[in-house]
Amino acid sequence: MADTTPVAAGLAEAAIDDTQVAAKSRSYWTTVWQSLLRDPVTLVFAGILITILMSTIFADVLAPADPFKTNMVKRLKPIGTPGFLLGADELGRDMLSRLLHGGRLSLVMGISPVALALVIGGMLGLTAGFLGGKTNMAIMRTIDVFYAFPSVLLAIAISGALGAGIVNAIISLTIVFIPPIARVTESVTTQIRNLDYVEAARASGANAFTIIRAHVLSNVAGPVFIYSTSLISVSIILASGLSFLGLGTEPPKPEWGLMLNTLRQSIYVSPWVAALPGAMIFLTSLSFNMLSDGLRTAMDIRL
Amino acid sequence: MFAYIARRILYVIPIALGVTVIIFGLVHIAPGDPLNAVVPPDAPKETVQILIEAYGFDKPIPVQYAIWLGRALSGDFGISFATGRPVAEAIAGGVVNTLILAAGAILIGMTLGCLIGAIAGYYQGSWIDKLATGFAIAGVSVPHYWLGLVLVIIFSVEMNVLPAMGMGPGGAKDWAWDQAHMRHLILPVITLSVIPIGIITRSVRATVAEILTMEFVQTLEAKGLKSFRIFLHVCANAAPTVLAVSGLQIGYLLGGSILVETVFSWPGTGFLLNDAIFRRDIPLLQGVILVLAMFFVVMNLLVDILQSLIDPRMARS
Repeated sequence: MADTTPVAAGLAEAAIDDTQVAAKSRSYWTTVWQSLLRDPVTLVFAGILITILMSTIFADVLAPADPFKTNMVKRLKPIGTPGFLLGADELGRDMLSRLLHGGRLSLVMGISPVALALVIGGMLGLTAGFLGGKTNMAIMRTIDVFYAFPSVLLAIAISGALGAGIVNAIISLTIVFIPPIARVTESVTTQIRNLDYVEAARASGANAFTIIRAHVLSNVAGPVFIYSTSLISVSIILASGLSFLGLGTEPPKPEWGLMLNTLRQSIYVSPWVAALPGAMIFLTSLSFNMLSDGLRTAMDIRL
Repeated sequence: MFAYIARRILYVIPIALGVTVIIFGLVHIAPGDPLNAVVPPDAPKETVQILIEAYGFDKPIPVQYAIWLGRALSGDFGISFATGRPVAEAIAGGVVNTLILAAGAILIGMTLGCLIGAIAGYYQGSWIDKLATGFAIAGVSVPHYWLGLVLVIIFSVEMNVLPAMGMGPGGAKDWAWDQAHMRHLILPVITLSVIPIGIITRSVRATVAEILTMEFVQTLEAKGLKSFRIFLHVCANAAPTVLAVSGLQIGYLLGGSILVETVFSWPGTGFLLNDAIFRRDIPLLQGVILVLAMFFVVMNLLVDILQSLIDPRMARS
C-alpha cells in the first residue's frame, strides 16, 4: 500500500473496517442469541413475562366476567368459589377478570416512565458526555441534586404535590428515572468519546451529529438499554406503590396496586384473595429483573 | 486526606441548596391555590387576605424561598395547614419512630446480607451461591408493601401470634423497650429488611468474588494459609464496599419506609407523609421530605468520608 495516496489508503481502511464491523455485529447477535438459548432460567421468566403481557392485552377476550360488575351477594368469596376461580373482591367483582384487566394499567404505569426517562435522560446524558466541559457540569450537577433523594421519596413528593392521577404518577416516576439513566449514559458516552475511532472520525471531518449518530449512539444504546430494563422492575413496584397510597389510579378502575389497597381492609375476612394483586406485581417485577439480568449476561455488558 | 474531606463537605452545600429549591418548588407545582386546603370557599375576603399574608403568599417567589429557607434552617418548618400546629413538632416524633424501624432493618440487612453474600461469593457457582443469588433477586423484586401484607396474613390473621398494626398495645404513639412494643416491631422490621438484605447480598457477593481473583489471595494460598484465614483477609478487603452500600441503604430505608408504615399503621414519617398528601397539607409534606432528604445527603457524606478513612485510595481517585 506504499504507493497509494493517503485518501485511497483511508478509503481502503474504511472499507475493511466496515466489513469487519458488519461481520462482527452479525456474529455478536448470534452469540447473544445462542447464549440466551443456553440459559433456561432466563427463558422461563421470558415465557412468564410474555404470558402476563399477552393475558393483559387480550384481557377482554380472556376475562370470564365484566371486571366492573359488582355482586353484593358474592362479596369477598374465597379462591375457588364456583364461577369465581380466584374469588371475588370487596364489591363482589370477579378477581380473575380484575387481575387480567388490572395488569394493563400497572404495566403501562410501570413501563412508560422508564421509556420516557430513557429518551429524556438518554439525550441529557449523551449531550453531557459528548460535549463535556461546562455543559457537562451544568447537566450533571443538576442531576446530582435529584440523586440526593431516595427514589421512593422523590416519587411520593412529586406525586403528592401534583395530586392523584395516572398521568401525574407517570410524570413523577419519569422524573425519578431520568437521573440514573442520564448518569449511566453520560459515563458510557464519555468513555466512548475518548476512544481512537471517534477521534479518527472527527479528524476525517465528520460533524458532531454524524459522529453521535454513527459512532457514539450505536455503542451507547446497548448498555443504556439494558440498564433501563433493570429499572422497569423498580418502576412497576413504585407505580403500583403510588396507587397503593391512593396517588395513582382512582377507583373503580382495576389496577394491581389499588386493588391491593382496597382489599387490605378485608384481610380478616378473605386474606388470600387480598394477597393476589401483590403476587402479580411481584411476579411481573421478578420476571423483568431476571430477564434483564439474563440479557446483560448474554450481551456481556458490564456497568 | 483532610483536603478530600473538606472538598467533599463543600460539595454537599450546593446539593443541599438544590434539594431545598426542589422541595420549595413542590408548593408551586401543586395544582390550585395552596390555601384551598385551609380556607372554605365562602370565606370573607379579609380573612383570605390575612391568611395569604400570614403564609407569605403575597411576596415574590424568590423572597418566599429565602424566608422559607431561613426558617427551615432554624428548625421552623412552618404551620401545618391541617392542624394549625408547628410542622417541626409533628416531624420530630415521626422521625424517631421511623429511625427505630430503619435501625432494626439495617441491622438485620447488614448481618444477613454480609453473611449470605460472603458465603455465596466464596463458593461461587455452588448450589448455595445459586440459592443466595435467587433469594437476593427475589428480595429486590418484591413489592415490600405486599410482603408486609402477606406477613400480616400469615402471622396475624392465620396464626394470630403477632400484632398486625401500630407500634404498641392500644395504638401507642410512644416507644418503649418492653416486650409488648418489641412484638409490634417484628413484622415491619422483617418486611423492611428484605430489600437491604437483597442489595447487600448482591454487592458483597460480587465484591468477594472479585477479590478472590486478585493476586494477594494466591500469595496467601502459596504461603499455606488455611482457607478460613484467607476468607478473613477477603472480608477485610470487602469492608469499604459493604460499608458504602449499607450506608446508602439506611438513607433509602428512611425514605422507603412510607409504604411499609402505611401497611402496619406505624406512626412514623411515612404516616405523616400519608396524612400530608390526603389533607393536601403542603407545609407538612415539605417538612417531612426536607428532613428525610437531608438525612440521605448527610448519610452519603458520612459514607464517603468513612470510606476514605478506611481506604485512602478512595480519596486519591
